[in-house]
Amino acid sequence: MRLPVFRSALPFVASLLATLPHAAAAQPERGVPDTLGQRVAACTSCHGSPTRPPPTQGPDYYPRIAGKPAGYLYNQLQNFRAGRRQYPLMTYMVDHLSDDYLREIATYFSTQHVAAPVLARGSVPPGQLERGRELVLRGDATLKVPACVACHGQRLTGALPGIPGLVGLPRDYINAQFGAWRNGTRRAHTPDCMATIAGRLSLADVAAVSGWLASEPLPADPAPDADVAHPMPLECGSQPEARP
Amino acid sequence: MKRAVIGLVFLAVVAAIVVAAAWPRAEFVPASSSQAWAATPDNLARGAYLARAGDCMACHTARGGLPYAGGRALATPFGTVYAPNITPDAQTGIGAWSADDFWHALHNGIAPGGRLLYPAFPYPNMTKVTRADADALYAYLRSLAPARQPNRLHDLRFPYDRQIVLAGWRLLYFKPGVYAPQPARGADWNRGAYLVEGLGHCAACHSPRNGLGATGARLSGGQIPAIGWYAPALDADNEAGLGNWEQAHIVQLLRTGVAPRGAVFGPMAEVVGQSLQYLTEADAGAMAAYLKSLPGATEPRRPAAPPEENVMKAGRQLYEHACADCHGADGRGTRIAGQPAYPPLAGNGALTMADPVNAIRIVLNGGFPPATAGNPRPFGMPPYSVQLNDAEVAAVVTYVRNSWGNAAPAVTPPEVNRWRAVPLD
Repeated sequence: MRLPVFRSALPFVASLLATLPHAAAAQPERGVPDTLGQRVAACTSCHGSPTRPPPTQGPDYYPRIAGKPAGYLYNQLQNFRAGRRQYPLMTYMVDHLSDDYLREIATYFSTQHVAAPVLARGSVPPGQLERGRELVLRGDATLKVPACVACHGQRLTGALPGIPGLVGLPRDYINAQFGAWRNGTRRAHTPDCMATIAGRLSLADVAAVSGWLASEPLPADPAPDADVAHPMPLECGSQPEARP
Repeated sequence: MKRAVIGLVFLAVVAAIVVAAAWPRAEFVPASSSQAWAATPDNLARGAYLARAGDCMACHTARGGLPYAGGRALATPFGTVYAPNITPDAQTGIGAWSADDFWHALHNGIAPGGRLLYPAFPYPNMTKVTRADADALYAYLRSLAPARQPNRLHDLRFPYDRQIVLAGWRLLYFKPGVYAPQPARGADWNRGAYLVEGLGHCAACHSPRNGLGATGARLSGGQIPAIGWYAPALDADNEAGLGNWEQAHIVQLLRTGVAPRGAVFGPMAEVVGQSLQYLTEADAGAMAAYLKSLPGATEPRRPAAPPEENVMKAGRQLYEHACADCHGADGRGTRIAGQPAYPPLAGNGALTMADPVNAIRIVLNGGFPPATAGNPRPFGMPPYSVQLNDAEVAAVVTYVRNSWGNAAPAVTPPEVNRWRAVPLD
């Protein structure tokens, strides 16, 4: 009867002895690279990296952030920290990071390129696809909704410094953003142009836009345009018309 | 029967006298002179520093809101308390308060007009602050830009919303009194004790709270109400384990958020990021010296029943796949360019505490230590909540709690699941 007790105590005693050298030992250098990419591994585990693109469908969908304009990414990181966007895990991540560091992180991701899987066009009903294409390329004058391309660029890859590209995003993500703009849980610097536009679109139109955008492949050159076409159809706090 | 009635009446009378004697439980110390709160550069600088040391802004600022204008919600087991506006706006802030009014609030927990304040405002700690420091704080707060932002009413359940209940609570758990230096200890130790027990209000998290929300006298660790994180004991070698840390490493942790023995996460990342990183090396050193001197629990941790072999095996596989690149197969963590980058897991008390919540949440949510002057670009930990299921998280946490000399009870999948849906904010 005694033996099991003795046996179970042995590892404990051994472990006590083993603790001592560890407690005093310094952390080793292991040749882990001193790079920003290494520092932000917490970001790429969801948002993807060149070797591991993010999932675009399913319950866990994350927007592709690689290659978006640094100004846009920086605004979003600040928006999460200030509660203008609400995704608890993102707020938790950036809560105690400085403006300087967030800007550096934004700049880093703006220079990255991650392949974007594209939704099969055949999976979107033709009527919906056509309505989506119309809204994206021409807008709807009766609804006072400008074409997406008017600000996000003819190639839909966005424009410096603050307008994001719209291709290469999961459909669910696009739908979720329109929902968040409509109910006020995603906000930007005023005037909040996208909140205005989202308020003018029906849910069917949102589904049409997201279906078309998510099934449009990234162009050969996915870089954002150097500037937006002026004048912009709506005033946007994130991309002020008057540039210094 | 008659005797019982007389006894009850007697008890009621005694209770009434005691309550009357205790109400409103206040103590007045006059300012040395009106110069003590004058807007002199010296007072303002000292007040700003003390406000940092007290981390006043963290609670008195809503997310994305104006600094010190209040509005942050503090969830408590008794309801939600909203921190008030402490900018000098006359209508909605404390612009109409005198220096004595401010002293009464800080030292006695009583607002102008006699309203008793809820101890979510940690006046059981703030009461230790000297009048001179309170006056410097007052001078600093007066110098802020007034923000017109009305206070939000607390949302407390009956009977906790009654002032009479609060008066009873104060009778039981609150005694005003400025910190009394212990002459037998040095000036450094006393400075550390003053900061830890007073402005720093470490006990607000690092001390267990009883059913009525009162903290204990010792920094013996506690579950932080409503947000779920466990604030480790600062006086026990088997939790934060400061007793066997080098003092320089404690200072490094407090001022930069990372040290060779560990890194701060969760609510402590906020405290370091917003408060402790701004302390002078001397003050952080004094706090470290005081914390190291706490007597603490000396009894060795009970040996845990060894975890099941298959769980350890699964945990080891996951660890080698997901964790070892940064924390090392030997669990010793990693320095990069000479600086602590990834904390050691071997011998890390934060992992092996009886309550495994912190280890579980760090695996689920990852995160960054705070960006500080001493560590401006911290290395982050990926959130594994989406990649690992409950059993996998349980296995890997069990593995790190029982490897390289660590020993702690195994973690079960339901324990992991419990922390998946907890608000992060």
